[in-house]
Amino acid sequence: MDYPAEQVAETLIDLGITHVVWLPDSAMGLWEHALDRPGVLELVHVCREGEAWAIAAGLHLGGCRPLVMIQNTGLFESGDALRNLLFDLKLPLMALVGYRSYLVPDSTDSARRFTEPILDAWGLDYTIVRSPDELGQMADHFRACRDAGRPVVALVAEGRM
Amino acid sequence: MILETVMLENMMNSATTSRMPFVEALGVLVPLREDRIVVTTMGAAREWPKLSRHPLDFHYIPSAMGQAPALGLGLALAKPAREVWVLNGDGGMLMNLGCLVTIVASGAKNITLIVFDNGIYEVTGGQQTPAAVAERHASIDFAGFARAAGFASVHGFDRLGEWQRQAAEVLRSPGSRFIVLAVEPVGDDYHLEAPGPMAGRLAAFQTALRQL
Repeated sequence: MDYPAEQVAETLIDLGITHVVWLPDSAMGLWEHALDRPGVLELVHVCREGEAWAIAAGLHLGGCRPLVMIQNTGLFESGDALRNLLFDLKLPLMALVGYRSYLVPDSTDSARRFTEPILDAWGLDYTIVRSPDELGQMADHFRACRDAGRPVVALVAEGRM
Repeated sequence: MILETVMLENMMNSATTSRMPFVEALGVLVPLREDRIVVTTMGAAREWPKLSRHPLDFHYIPSAMGQAPALGLGLALAKPAREVWVLNGDGGMLMNLGCLVTIVASGAKNITLIVFDNGIYEVTGGQQTPAAVAERHASIDFAGFARAAGFASVHGFDRLGEWQRQAAEVLRSPGSRFIVLAVEPVGDDYHLEAPGPMAGRLAAFQTALRQL
């Protein structure tokens, strides 16, 4: 599934996102040129996904509106940071997470198998974006969560890594 | 008593022969902090509130392991006109060495990462860090890590007098700054407690940030 990079970027800008803190996968990596808009949308590169949540936390505390953008494998890796910042500090951070193998019929990819159970275990609000047509719905969901002051994850359906 | 013994033995095993008293080393920063944002964690979060209280202090306890520098970087990016100090431990630094590259990649010039290196996981009772173990075979150089990552200013101190004399100048040097201070553990006062409920501390901190 190819998501038009410009459409993704415009959706985020409409949401008021100021910074995308990211460690891309092969699908989201195609958006790099569209997301890198100094002065409009700042792209912050991290070495490991746990950092992404903590940088987003600092940005949020400082009055910005960051978005964490990582793959589901990185979601697993960053569990301690997520736990602390979303539950101890109760920060309403937003994330867009690549849902590896979601679009692969009969996938045995453990990254697919555990993604939703993990989010359920965290008790996190999430929505699945199955096609570019659903980016608008995702934005509406993000706005609702922001207004409610709760964190939210959008899982972006992908094929293989 | 057993923990103290372990701590002392682990200190003795460390290859670093000269160390400053931790609280005194931390105290050097107090008159220099002015209106900077200060993020503390672990041992620094325990001792800093005893030395100084400021609305722009954020004591990151409970924390995500190794993520204080990243949180400080987010603050630095959000408030580019304001200096941010992150007071980190060596154990936390080892958990997230990649943050050195992340900080440099961000282009932030208003962040200073200060690592208090005592060679042990103090808050869990004084076990050796992997760096302290590795020093049996090789020299582990935190300043070298930061230099290789591209920090604009990198300094290390293991003597209090030298740190006292040079701190102000080092903290004024341009660009991203990294300072490693070889310090002694504080002994039996290793226990770490949050200085009050997070919700209240966070709200006060955000209020202070909004006024910048």
